[in-house]
Amino acid sequence: MKLTINGQEVDGVASNTVTDLLVEQKVKTPVYVSVELNGEILDRNQLDSATLKDGDRVEFLYFMGGGQWN
Amino acid sequence: MELNDEQIERYSRHIILEQIGAAGQEKRLSSKMLIIGAGGLGAPAGLYLAAAGVGAIGIADMDRVDLTNLQRQVIHHTTDIGKEKVQSAADKMRAINPDVNVITHRMFVNAANIRGLIRPYDFVIDGTDNFAAKFLINDACFFESKPFSHAGILRFQGQIITVVPGSTCFRCIFDAPPPPGTIPSCSQAGVLGALAGVLGSLQATEAIKYVLGIGQLLTNAVLTYDALTMQFRKIDIARNPRCRLCGKEPEIDELTDEPLPACDLRGRKTHERAANG
Repeated sequence: MKLTINGQEVDGVASNTVTDLLVEQKVKTPVYVSVELNGEILDRNQLDSATLKDGDRVEFLYFMGGGQWN
Repeated sequence: MELNDEQIERYSRHIILEQIGAAGQEKRLSSKMLIIGAGGLGAPAGLYLAAAGVGAIGIADMDRVDLTNLQRQVIHHTTDIGKEKVQSAADKMRAINPDVNVITHRMFVNAANIRGLIRPYDFVIDGTDNFAAKFLINDACFFESKPFSHAGILRFQGQIITVVPGSTCFRCIFDAPPPPGTIPSCSQAGVLGALAGVLGSLQATEAIKYVLGIGQLLTNAVLTYDALTMQFRKIDIARNPRCRLCGKEPEIDELTDEPLPACDLRGRKTHERAANG
């Protein structure tokens, strides 16, 4: 399956759900990430159930605190 | 407000810009902006807003300058170590431009005081360093119908969002701070100093565009910047109808303080405290 992840086309994606995609894409701190799927922000409790299909656009948006710690 | 000869000379590089002109400069001289946090983001924002001749600039912070700040907080100098950050920042802004009325607010910004703090200002710049303050500023600006610029920086990456009444808010994207137990210790995080300069300067740019009413603001979008790959990306983000603050069925109807660990000067977690501007 081919997805556009953070603006980059990624081919050969195996994950069926967003939660699996976070693992497959080696996102280190998923609790810091908000996910936009095809232009819509997903609730945290939707990540397990949100299914992916060919051509989907996914954005991982990271919490960023400030300059001291995060 | 009529510009005098010295002001016409001082602001000449702005006045000759078609989108600004003398009228724009006069408008700016009567605007009031608040910077919460005199740190990495607040430093460049404060310097550029002062240089640009913003009429009144409020600066809120509780901390004092320490040696670890100087790698990125360019408004503070080595000779300022130990000084109140608001005082150190105010000194530099006044030195750059005596036209500016700098108002210092030495305080921890919290749920009880933030609405009164932001009310007199036209635009708020979030230059804070922690999640609690960022949610608090978002919520307070929503309740007070104030436009603001959010920015965050971490390691080599930064992001910025402009929120005006009716646009996508910070909670539309990030519902709540991550659970406190998941936050890595301070020593694990670092930040490139010049990155703060990029993001803080972008915040000042948005503030100035807002008061002049020029261009397109960075609303309903997030701009991300990766200093290692030199990529800027603008990601469109629609309002979230399920947002607990500004959505169709809002649940948040008052301000609350999110307790989060703070850091001491050496980067260790210390005690729980309210959001520190």
